[in-house]
Amino acid sequence: MQGLRIRVRGQVQGVGFRPFVWTLAQGLGVTGHVLNDPEGVLIEAYGPVASLPDLIRRKAPPLSRIDAIEVSEITGKSPADFRIIASSGTGAETRVTPDAATCDACLAEIQTPTDRRCGYAFANCTHCGPRYTILRALPYDRAQTTMAEFPMCPDCASEYADPADRRFHAQPIACPVCGPRLWIEPAHEDPIAEAAARLRHGEILAIKGLGGFHLACDARNAGAIANLRRRKHRPAKPLALMGTLAMIRQHASPTEAEVALLSDPSAPIVLLSSNGTLPDGVAPNQSTYGWMLPYTPLHHLLIEAFGGPLVMTSGNLSGEPQVIGNDEAREKLAPFADAFLMHDRDIARRLDDSVERITPHGPMILRRARGHVPGTLPLPEGFEDAPQAVAYGGQMKAALCLIKNGQALLGHHLGELDEALTWEAFQQADRDYAALFDHKPQVVAVDLHPDFRASRHGTARAEAEGLILQEVQHHHAHLATCMGENLWPLDGCKVAGIILDGLGLGPDGTVWGGEILLGDYLGFERAAHLSPAPLVGGDRAQAEPWRNALARLDQAGLSDWADDLFSDAPRDMLRMAATRGLNAPMSTSAGRLFDAVAACLDICSAGQSYEGEAAMTLEALALKAPSPDPHHAYHMPETPNGFDVSQMFKAIRADLGNQTSIQTIAWRFHAGLAQTFATAAAALVKDGQAKAVALSGGCFQNALLLDLTLRALGDTPVLIHTKTPANDGGLALGQALIAAARAKATPESM
Amino acid sequence: MNMMRLKQDTVTLAHGGGGKAMRDLIESVFTSVFQPDGMEDQARLMDAALQKPGARLAFTTDSFVVDPVEFPGGDIGKIAVCGTVNDLAVGGAKPLWLSAAFIIEEGTEIALLRRIVESMRIEAEKAGVRIITGDTKVVGRGSADKVFITTSGVGVIPAGRTLSADRIQEGDVAIVNGVLGDHGAAILAARGDMMLSTDIQSDCQGLGHLMQAVCAAADVQACRDATRGGVASALNEMAEACGLAIEIEEAALPLRTEVKGVCEILGLDPLYLANEGTLVLFVPEGQAEAALDAMKSTEAGRDACIIGRAKQGPKGQVTMRTLFGGARIVDMLVGEQLPRIC
Ligand SMILES: [Fe+3]
Ligand SMILES: [Mg+2]
Ligand SMILES: [Zn+2]
Ligand SMILES: [Zn+2]
Repeated sequence: MQGLRIRVRGQVQGVGFRPFVWTLAQGLGVTGHVLNDPEGVLIEAYGPVASLPDLIRRKAPPLSRIDAIEVSEITGKSPADFRIIASSGTGAETRVTPDAATCDACLAEIQTPTDRRCGYAFANCTHCGPRYTILRALPYDRAQTTMAEFPMCPDCASEYADPADRRFHAQPIACPVCGPRLWIEPAHEDPIAEAAARLRHGEILAIKGLGGFHLACDARNAGAIANLRRRKHRPAKPLALMGTLAMIRQHASPTEAEVALLSDPSAPIVLLSSNGTLPDGVAPNQSTYGWMLPYTPLHHLLIEAFGGPLVMTSGNLSGEPQVIGNDEAREKLAPFADAFLMHDRDIARRLDDSVERITPHGPMILRRARGHVPGTLPLPEGFEDAPQAVAYGGQMKAALCLIKNGQALLGHHLGELDEALTWEAFQQADRDYAALFDHKPQVVAVDLHPDFRASRHGTARAEAEGLILQEVQHHHAHLATCMGENLWPLDGCKVAGIILDGLGLGPDGTVWGGEILLGDYLGFERAAHLSPAPLVGGDRAQAEPWRNALARLDQAGLSDWADDLFSDAPRDMLRMAATRGLNAPMSTSAGRLFDAVAACLDICSAGQSYEGEAAMTLEALALKAPSPDPHHAYHMPETPNGFDVSQMFKAIRADLGNQTSIQTIAWRFHAGLAQTFATAAAALVKDGQAKAVALSGGCFQNALLLDLTLRALGDTPVLIHTKTPANDGGLALGQALIAAARAKATPESM
Repeated sequence: MNMMRLKQDTVTLAHGGGGKAMRDLIESVFTSVFQPDGMEDQARLMDAALQKPGARLAFTTDSFVVDPVEFPGGDIGKIAVCGTVNDLAVGGAKPLWLSAAFIIEEGTEIALLRRIVESMRIEAEKAGVRIITGDTKVVGRGSADKVFITTSGVGVIPAGRTLSADRIQEGDVAIVNGVLGDHGAAILAARGDMMLSTDIQSDCQGLGHLMQAVCAAADVQACRDATRGGVASALNEMAEACGLAIEIEEAALPLRTEVKGVCEILGLDPLYLANEGTLVLFVPEGQAEAALDAMKSTEAGRDACIIGRAKQGPKGQVTMRTLFGGARIVDMLVGEQLPRIC
């Protein structure tokens, strides 16, 4: 009898794919079988099968992602029924999907008084719930998760075993009879009601979530917010908010695309323009607030009981990663929290909330964590047979990346690696992802910077295991990440990368960060850059924007203005250090140029309380510029020393003198930077040296800068980040691609 | 004194030629100060301590190229003596004899040499060591920077005393003898002509007497001289060697306000600043008080204090509990401190 063999590739395991196919087969009256194997899902079907491939594509389960469906005809004896065949062989069960927000069906159940899971904080199914955060070991199987301590009751067990049930093989399946339990400390019989009552009284609660503890308070209560900021030593860094869509709509006007992103199973924090109806303390001097929807049943129940939006900021000591253990929370969060809403399902893997925004040019991901890992990204053409590579990323927004068989596993945002717990998490992530991906690298990629912990780790590993070590220049890696996520082929033409970044070590030993790199995956040349200025005090220059202003103003012959602006600061000593080269490396950093301009406008001049505060404030101001005129952007002429910014600082001083608003000045700076780099990069495309322009580096988290750069590029082909961060959180992908490309190009080195 | 014999007031290549000019230089500048009875190319060592059963000889060498050669609180000569005395002392030895070899750049002022040599004499006397042999070379302009000095030292470790980082046990406390980073900050300030520098003096000092005192009072497990690379590097070496983790407390670090100020302005971490008279040692927790008392009874240990302890944890990892309660990894640096914030 004639039949079809259907191969489905992509994220198709652990997402209810086999029962979905089984249900389709039942409906069509098709016989045969479906199974998981290392390549994905394989179906053999006989009978009225013609519409099956199309139905699979159109109706695939919510958490699945189909990369390819391959169909071929087969002949054989038609079986009597359609079966799900248990998995066999290695690799098949190792797939774990990202954690997913509570689905509508589960939400309806916890809100239905007659349902056995009504009011239950840990309801989940095949289409939602915890995954990576509860994983202790592989294969992904209840016994290897933190649900192992909760033996299924008969009801759950029968749901689990029934292919027709939404909870067929849902590993974290639970109900009030057999599953995790919620409580509040100090104790109260109704933890949710008590938590809501305490929040209404302006208290701060530590709440155990999916990937870690949050600290929560009433988002409408300025006093509670001020209290939280004081206790957490967090004066200004924006706080995330959680609310239902209806609540969000009272304080922002999300677009359709923003609503879709908020409602995605990954349930990220989405930056939305605020309408100013919440206290300033939520995000001082910022034009956007970070919102997320409730993404676990616990959050839904709490928000419903409380009846308003909550501040939900990560529960941690300053600088440390989020707390995940109950005892750890009782100890570390005691100074911050008035009460603890806790449960007995352990968090095995710490995951921060992801942060994204929608720009006129599509989505932009700022922090990639919960909801995205351990999902994979497809790699460009040419990397299918590239050697397996692991890349270790940067220092401050560490994330690692593994590539294999044309797929990349870009790990979650870990944080700053000098923090001992983050370093531990980095090493754990290294082991975890290798196991998840069944990864045996031949190549290790690290940043050029010898004092990045990640670089040392990779170098030591390569040495210990005899692997090929590739050191990758920081901004070349940013460029390759952008090319890679846009599937720019391995043998594609060169791309002109506008890389506006904080800083990275250049091969010449100076510190780069405002560059046009002309390159491909194998190599690059530095086509243009900002004029360098001394970075007085090294990393201290990042914390204190005025240092950058002093260096730039002195360079521009505006020392007298610097003396006025920073009259109380130790200018003489800084100038001495700059002259003598005492911890004052030359740098072309675009990030520090933002800081310099901000300081001239008296924004965060003496210090920023969090990374990017000055630049984000500058962006927020520029967005408010009345009738901005592209013809009045600050000009940065190209000189043998780089794009010269001296004229700009002179113009800023003149503009301030003639009462131009700082909103307009901020806008002119954004536009000048965008036009300068866009014009030079477009010229490289025009004269045939490059086929497209790519925009990367941390400064491109700035939506206005992105928008103005794209406008200045006109119809030049452009690659931008939408799936991976333009900041160092995406760096490892580019490192891995470059290292693999180089190793593939010189096979004798393997 | 035969100081008058030198006609020139700067060193010329002729002073290195091996002839009479050279003999005049050596005699008038060096031997007359170090050993008025005359020095020999080959010193013969005799000391009662050497004869004791179980005593062991300690031997060390170091070169000194500090720039500038004179700085607030000391000069290259003082460092050259203290450095080698301290190398011996932190290994548990009683320092006894030194050699001193000089490489002098043509054009160096004789008066400067005399000041350097005099401070070596004073420091050797304080430390109770004798400079008994030496060497002098003169090189052309630019081939050296004024004066480079190499000192070697011999001392005796008494029977039964073994200081070694692998002896550090979980719970042992880490003690420093005084404030951190003064030398590094003084050098930076002197090099940069920085106005605020007036208050900061190098901590350059010999640690021999302090070590004898503390070793007599407590079982010192291990000790390191926190010179180049600072306390951070000393702790990392010790953690590596003992296979434990070491945690220090930011709040406990003895830092002068002025040093903190220089570090903040220059963006440097005082834990990595060089010292020339600061040591870190480990003693069992129960003996910490005795060790501190003994150290405080000596001039070099007046500000001694506990800064941390050895504990279970990732092997060889040094962390600092910060003022906010987090733990930051304190690494060994590969090179100079390069900016890392992207
Ligand atoms: Fe970067
Ligand atoms: Mg030595
Ligand atoms: Zn569900
Ligand atoms: Zn149950």
